[in-house]
Amino acid sequence: MDPLQGWGDEIAHGTLLTMKVAVLSLLVGLCWGMLGALAQMSPNRAVASLGRGFSLVMRGTPELLVILIVYFGGTVALTKAVNLFVADFGFVEVPPLQAGVFALSLVFGGYAAEVLRGAWQSVPSGVIEAGHSLGLGWFVMFAKIRLPLLMRFALPGLGNNWISLIKDTSLISIVGLHELMGLSQMATSVTRQPFTFYMTAALIYLALTLANTRLIAWFEGRLMRGERRSPA
Amino acid sequence: MNWSLMLESVPALLYGALATVQMLLMTLVCGALLALPLGIVAANGRPIIRLPVMGYITFFRGTPLLVQVFLVYYGFSQFQIIRSSIFWPLLREAWFCALLTLALHTAAYTANILRGAILAIPAGQKEAAVALGMRPSLIYRLVILPQALRIGMPAYGNEMISMMKATSLASTITIMELTGTANTIVARTYAPYEVFISAALVYLCVAWMLSRLVRAIEARLSRHMRPAVEAQNTLRRVPVHA
Repeated sequence: MDPLQGWGDEIAHGTLLTMKVAVLSLLVGLCWGMLGALAQMSPNRAVASLGRGFSLVMRGTPELLVILIVYFGGTVALTKAVNLFVADFGFVEVPPLQAGVFALSLVFGGYAAEVLRGAWQSVPSGVIEAGHSLGLGWFVMFAKIRLPLLMRFALPGLGNNWISLIKDTSLISIVGLHELMGLSQMATSVTRQPFTFYMTAALIYLALTLANTRLIAWFEGRLMRGERRSPA
Repeated sequence: MNWSLMLESVPALLYGALATVQMLLMTLVCGALLALPLGIVAANGRPIIRLPVMGYITFFRGTPLLVQVFLVYYGFSQFQIIRSSIFWPLLREAWFCALLTLALHTAAYTANILRGAILAIPAGQKEAAVALGMRPSLIYRLVILPQALRIGMPAYGNEMISMMKATSLASTITIMELTGTANTIVARTYAPYEVFISAALVYLCVAWMLSRLVRAIEARLSRHMRPAVEAQNTLRRVPVHA
């Protein structure tokens, strides 16, 4: 008796796609976050307010709306652009995967920019001065002093955002991506067993978030090992 | 950019925003009422009731809201028992399902914030209250909850804003709030930029107002920690461009 009625392998594929989308959005989002943090700390006031505005907008707009703007807006823009070159080409759709990853990476970037800026500014100036007095160059200073401290300060915040990001990937199903949530919807419409499939999806998401929470905790412990007290 | 279309869609969007704010208020009130006992139990109930509550909190914090919404709106209809029960007329309604899910969702987050805040209060506070012979209900009302409220308020402010954004998911089960209204206008006019960006601006305004409200509440809750009037005056007298 198979409660999933043969949909098990589709669900497994959907789960893989969900993880893929989440990891892609994380990587692209970290780039946005670094750009945003750099912009926020820029001495140029216009650039700094642009950076702050980016975070403000991304944190104040619903994730679903950002996905809809990128997907439908992208489709309209792409259709116009293509029809400019090829007359009467017709309708060009932005693939939901790319649109979704782009939208979620922007949202993640908006949050990450704030976290990274805060972490950068929490690096004590004495540590930097110590580095200068040792005659360290820019690169060594960054790789050996700033980055380890930055990661230690930023990880708790980024970890929370990463967990939210995993859950937000389910929203891409609304613009037609067949990841875990999209496939559960499809299975539901065929089998007429919504509770079974949505509960399965919920438990898979729960397993993903719990596993990632553990992973983050382990990583945090590793980054903090320099701070551990020696046994008395 | 079609500016006249942007202006035209504003009244409908504001009407949608009204539904968003109504749904948010009802969600927050129901969620807070539910979170109060849950948070207290999660902080220091007996394991036999604490573990189920922690399970509830973990489930609602660890799964996407969209799945929860679909689970309630579509999922329950799978069971004949529920469909023939007296709750079915309510569970059939999209607005009730949206409200129920959002309330359960925010209750889990709020209970977790409350749990953290209660655990952050120094044990000496409670011990002093016990030494004065207060009953547990009095200790909670006069000693623990007022302090927990102050400690938890910044986190709860973020939760309020995140719930404001979460109400947009009600549009996926046919509720015509702000996002649902915007979606309908876009389907009719096919002008996604104008309409969705207008909607985003309305959301930003609501988020801004919420954050101002939270800051005002925080200031009020910690008014006894503000520096005395005299100290403020001395501070003000220091020349700025010294």
